[in-house]
Amino acid sequence: MAAKQANNTFTKVFRAFLVMLLFTGFGYNSVLASSSEEEGFNASEVILHHVMDDHVWHFVDGHYGTLHLPIILYSEAKGFDIFSSSNFYDEDHNLKPYKGYVLEHGHITLENNPDAFVLDLSITKTVFMLMITAVVVLLIFIAVARKYKTNTGKAPTGIQSFFEPIIVFVRDEVAKPNIGDKKYEKFMPFLLSLFFFILFGNILGLLPGAANLTGNIAVTTVLALFTFVITNINGNKHYWKHIFWTPGVPLPLKFIIVPVEILGVFTKPFALLIRLFVAITAGHIVMLALICLAFIFQSYAVGVGSTIIVLFISLIELLVAAIQAYVFTMFSALYIGMATEEHH
Amino acid sequence: MELLTPGTGLLIWQIIIFGLLFILLRVLAWKPIMQSLRIREDSIQDALDSAENAKLEMTKLHSDNQKLLEEARVERDAILKQARHVSDVLMEEAKAEASKQTEKMITDARLAINIEKKAAMAEVKTQVAALSLQITEKLLRKNLESDKAQKSLIEEFVKDINLN
Repeated sequence: MAAKQANNTFTKVFRAFLVMLLFTGFGYNSVLASSSEEEGFNASEVILHHVMDDHVWHFVDGHYGTLHLPIILYSEAKGFDIFSSSNFYDEDHNLKPYKGYVLEHGHITLENNPDAFVLDLSITKTVFMLMITAVVVLLIFIAVARKYKTNTGKAPTGIQSFFEPIIVFVRDEVAKPNIGDKKYEKFMPFLLSLFFFILFGNILGLLPGAANLTGNIAVTTVLALFTFVITNINGNKHYWKHIFWTPGVPLPLKFIIVPVEILGVFTKPFALLIRLFVAITAGHIVMLALICLAFIFQSYAVGVGSTIIVLFISLIELLVAAIQAYVFTMFSALYIGMATEEHH
Repeated sequence: MELLTPGTGLLIWQIIIFGLLFILLRVLAWKPIMQSLRIREDSIQDALDSAENAKLEMTKLHSDNQKLLEEARVERDAILKQARHVSDVLMEEAKAEASKQTEKMITDARLAINIEKKAAMAEVKTQVAALSLQITEKLLRKNLESDKAQKSLIEEFVKDINLN
């Protein structure tokens, strides 16, 4: 009964995604339609514009197609400033200075002193996407937790039975084998938060018009930073000894090994952040490049063909979304496991 | 905001939001979920264990019962055997006693009969003797009523004596 329900939920979610993926192509097409009308269609510019952060969220062309996000700035000269990003655009969508600030190539600088440091805390497209993802994850798992409370001692139902196998998978296949049966519980909240944040970020990022959240290097940097901090805070005596005075290595070799080990402390999270960033960004670039083919060749036939291919690439991207969430969490668990491992 | 250089603002936002998400999820979601999962798994394990125990106990009980039954059967057989033996012995004894009694009774009876017989015989003899005497007396008296008869008798006696 519960399994059937879970299956139903899964089927529903899967169908919803298929429908959304079908629209993905149309979404991109409509975004790109305007660019092709202008002279000299620049595919790489369009693609990079999509995968990178921005102060506005452009859905479709037209007056209401763009969401102007708030700009929050701090500079030593002017202090805090909050205003809408629409202030940077005039009626013809050309950039203009506002309140002494200039927006140029996504950077905001002071008009009279371009080299001065301006802290840009704006709710950009990616920050907004980040907030949406966080709220979605939070709402879903609070609902799941509530189900566990009201459903105590009974078989899981509905949303609970959909997510329970994934939670149990993270616990039994990611945390337990890498960290060990005794200590894994302490790191479960982090690993589960990490896994579901990345998973939802990846999947939501595939929706048409959505921002590229987990394919943004700042986002992956922070995730890897969390893993780095948690790993090293929990590192035991043996872990640090292994790094600074590697046992079982002759003294002359220690001069080579120890710097390598110290470097290793940083390369591990660095590999994490690069892997996720590259995997997700590359996926977006591939999909957009395929769609851009239609505008490069100016042909409907190519458009139909590329949309079909993009549909399949989107399915692969769904798989990649899950795999990357798994891999990031798995390696985080592995590093934590290495740092907390007991030696006999 | 370049592709490969993390934006400072986004870094800060990501730290704040992911940190908040982590803390909120930890308190509101993961703690109750993991706890419920553990409780449920424990209860399932307990149920399985107790089922296994019950099964073991059942088999033990069953074999105990079997053993008890076997013992009861053996005991019953023993009791029956003994009872049969006792009854046999009793019957044997009774029979022996009875035959002895009969024997004795027969012997006594025979003895009594013999004594009675002897007594009767003796009495019969006495009676016969008495009767004989009476008859003889009467006969003699009748035969010897006349003197002639007495004389002939005496002569006969004398003749017999002479012959001898």
